[in-house]
Amino acid sequence: MATVELRFSALPEHVRTARLVAAAVARRAGVDEAVLDEVRLAVGEACSRAVSLHQSSGVSAPVRVALTEEEKRFSIEVGDEAPHAVMTSADDVGAGDEAADSDDQMGLAVISGLVDDVQVSADESGGVIRMSWPAASAPALS
Amino acid sequence: MDLSLSTRTVGDRTVVEVGGEIDVYTAPKLREQLVELVNDGSYHLVVDMEGVDFLDSTGLGVLVGGLKRVRAHEGSLRLVCNQERILKIFRITGLTKVFPIHTSVDDAVAATD
Repeated sequence: MATVELRFSALPEHVRTARLVAAAVARRAGVDEAVLDEVRLAVGEACSRAVSLHQSSGVSAPVRVALTEEEKRFSIEVGDEAPHAVMTSADDVGAGDEAADSDDQMGLAVISGLVDDVQVSADESGGVIRMSWPAASAPALS
Repeated sequence: MDLSLSTRTVGDRTVVEVGGEIDVYTAPKLREQLVELVNDGSYHLVVDMEGVDFLDSTGLGVLVGGLKRVRAHEGSLRLVCNQERILKIFRITGLTKVFPIHTSVDDAVAATD
């Protein structure tokens, strides 16, 4: 079971809340302070992407974020319920423009550039971005 | 934390001072500001990001969009940024090759090439 779970309406204004919660739980789980910026950015990218997928495909379901303390790892899953056609590669990013597609690509590029352990999966019923970071074995006391 | 924007003119450059968080929620405000400047004939922009606490790919998309707009008028878009955590995002997306990034507004305003 996730340590903390979050569901929010697919609206841009809630992405910041998800970032703040994720960073707070990551800190408690013992993720290094120097890495918290990456956690914040990566979860924000994943949530922004989910919000835009829900909005563009007219899905009214909330975006799901599961934050889990594991032994010496901290993992985040961001799930959407938008139907995905084909998996796209996050590697091929040009200068980009303002089109939703390229924002999506840039978001994935940022995530894959930041996070060593990341898995992106998707099918017709939705997609999940799963990321994890090392954490101290004993949770921080503060 | 919201986004703050203020603009001032220095010579033939327009300096846009950005503060706060540029993300999926606030980026449209920055986009509107850049579009408005270009529509009003300001084609040489300096975006001062020293007060930016957070930048994501939506923000990058807006900056790239701004660059495309000024380039259509043979203009320029320069960034001012010294914050490592912000610079890192430009590096991992390869955008350091796309944007001239300066260490101070004075430097950006004086730059010509």
